[in-house]
Amino acid sequence: MFRLDSVSKSFGTQTVLQPTSIEFQAGKSTVLIGPSGCGKSTLLRLLAGLLTPDSGRVHFEGVEMNPKNIVQMRHRMGYVIQDGGLFPHLTCAQNVGLMAAHLGWNSHRIRNRIEELSDLTRLPRPALDRYPAQISGGQRQRVGIMRALMLDPPVMLLDEPMGALDPLVRYDLQEDLLKIFRGLGKTAITVTHDMGEAGFFGDHVIMLGEGRIVQQGKLDEMIISPANEFVTRFVNAQRLPALSRPKESA
Amino acid sequence: MSIRTCVIIVLALGVVACEASHTPAWAQKVKVAVGSKAFTESVILGEMLSHLATDAGADVDHRAELGGTQILWQALVTGEIDAYVDYTGTIREEILADSARQEPAIESESDMRAMLRQKEVLMSERVGFNNTYALGMRRSVAGKLGIEKISDLRRHPQLELGFSDEFVERSDGWRPLKNKYGLPQTRIKVMDHNLAYRGLEKDSIQVADLYTTDPEIKYYDLFVLEDDRGFFPVYYAVVLMREDLPRRAPQIAEAMLKIEGLITPEEMSSMSARVRLDRRQEKLVAGEFLNSKLSMSLALPQEGRWAGFNEVIQRVLATTWEHLFLVLISLGLAIPTAIPLGILAARNEAIGQTILGVVGVIQTLPSMALLVFVMPLFALVGMGIGPAPAIMALFLYSLLPIVRGTYTGLKQIPAAIRESAEVLGLDPKARLKLVELPLALPSILSGIKTAAVINVGTATIGALIGAGGYGSPILTGIRLNDPSLILQGAVPAAVLALAVQYGFGIAEKRIVSPGLN
Repeated sequence: MFRLDSVSKSFGTQTVLQPTSIEFQAGKSTVLIGPSGCGKSTLLRLLAGLLTPDSGRVHFEGVEMNPKNIVQMRHRMGYVIQDGGLFPHLTCAQNVGLMAAHLGWNSHRIRNRIEELSDLTRLPRPALDRYPAQISGGQRQRVGIMRALMLDPPVMLLDEPMGALDPLVRYDLQEDLLKIFRGLGKTAITVTHDMGEAGFFGDHVIMLGEGRIVQQGKLDEMIISPANEFVTRFVNAQRLPALSRPKESA
Repeated sequence: MSIRTCVIIVLALGVVACEASHTPAWAQKVKVAVGSKAFTESVILGEMLSHLATDAGADVDHRAELGGTQILWQALVTGEIDAYVDYTGTIREEILADSARQEPAIESESDMRAMLRQKEVLMSERVGFNNTYALGMRRSVAGKLGIEKISDLRRHPQLELGFSDEFVERSDGWRPLKNKYGLPQTRIKVMDHNLAYRGLEKDSIQVADLYTTDPEIKYYDLFVLEDDRGFFPVYYAVVLMREDLPRRAPQIAEAMLKIEGLITPEEMSSMSARVRLDRRQEKLVAGEFLNSKLSMSLALPQEGRWAGFNEVIQRVLATTWEHLFLVLISLGLAIPTAIPLGILAARNEAIGQTILGVVGVIQTLPSMALLVFVMPLFALVGMGIGPAPAIMALFLYSLLPIVRGTYTGLKQIPAAIRESAEVLGLDPKARLKLVELPLALPSILSGIKTAAVINVGTATIGALIGAGGYGSPILTGIRLNDPSLILQGAVPAAVLALAVQYGFGIAEKRIVSPGLN
């Protein structure tokens, strides 16, 4: 689905992604994980064409990405960011239907698709005609996912999609999201720094550190046989309440 | 249709066309435009020139109360007006100031005349009076202290002096005067010229600057101190006339020049008194003077300045229309210019800083300077006086708020929103139209609102160049010290500004998405 050939990216003097080659398989769910500044978001933004690589090439569905074909390619990608990135001046339904309307779909077809998606994402119907500021954070995120799914793209790119949600809302949405991806057979690439989320979503997990891939494979492998000290530290940094409680002396 | 009918129709049309183009001889009057400055003496002299030209058969347009020497001079040079009265001192100091620096000193009136000739302007002989600065005191105070001449003031350092700010600043004003005479006084009160008379009367000041033809000199029985060292330059009134007028209409130019040597200082002063103190119309006062002095028989309408209620309403409606015309046209032009400039500025930082810098500098230009700058451009197409330059100035003043509103509105859009639009697959044009401009709309609207409110206030400058509007009654009201006239301009201007504010509030609710509140 995506192929990167020695792609690198710097901002000023700081290299955020060392030359990296990698392929993302169609139909699989991949998670990019690592600490802040490791280059995981940069990698996702390169895939979405929001950044152009300093060197190397990005291929999407076998075609090299360039400024001319990127607009068309994006119709085959859904992109979801933290808090949805919704347009505040449009109602939720208008947000979801904006691109389809711009492409000339008739209003009947748009409305049908939106209702279908609201069932799929379990967004209450009345929320559709509200503005983003009038609904909850979890609902906003569901609208963001609907918007990304509107044109039924084969690929979903998600940049810390749960980052702004409280644990309960997050738990429900994670379940729903996985069901949607599995049910529709989407290729999903998710950026997160949460090990639990990575394990839940990822058929394949890629850990990045300081601009390069440190280890990839199943999450279990990373936990059982970490590639180096960095992976060990990152894995151990995920604290569980029961484990951190100090032992009472007898 | 037969050929015969066709021929008849064509002939008939031809006859109608000939009738239309043939205007009878009595209607083909020579058009003459006279100008005057925004002070009473100048308006009276303008009316006098108008009477003389009308009597000689011209169709006269008096562009009264224009905003100052530079505007009148521009209007004269570019042919917007044919003649007006100015003063020799002003001609030397302001009109010929540039030439005077390069050429040998302008010694005499014939030097001035020669230099004006190079600019195709004729200068008449003196109208007869010298309206210069002078120092004045109450007659009783001057008598008691034994003061007759300015140099006598040296013996009385305790005296308090009240001067207009212009007199304090001018190169022929207080500081050089103090040096020339070695005057010891340091207590100067800077005050409005009209208030200085009252100050003298109440003895809160003892000496004030005067114009020698001020009617108040007589009214308050003031004593004018002799300028015994010849400090004050002379300001003899003279007519400035375009060289082509005598060629175009010799008998009319000749009639207008009957004003040469016609008016003594006392007569000028008493005419001003009749306008300013007795509240009579300039046209009437000028006409009566000509009737008695030149035994002319001008028909003069005997109407007072005090208009009836209906007339006031009509005048307010007329000035409202003129004012709205200035505001709406300038704003209507500024919006489609400034919004694209703001978009460009937001897109490209380097170009943006240049655009914001330039429109910012325009905003700081004083309105008078801007008018004097744009007038000659419009004069090329015969629109140097009237609404066009005022609209241009207002248009330029409107740019900054709208450009900045657009720029800020676009810049304030969060990066996440902008990227969401991009990554959705919208092309740049669609992003601008569907996402960025709607999100910037509140800021753009508030820029337009600011521009509109500023415009309503600034459009009063239209009066300076004969574009009418609320500035006209304000200008006349200030000149004649007539509060009711000032209110006829100021009150509707304030109401209009409030209405604009309110109107935009409603418009904002209607066109800005409720999601943005």
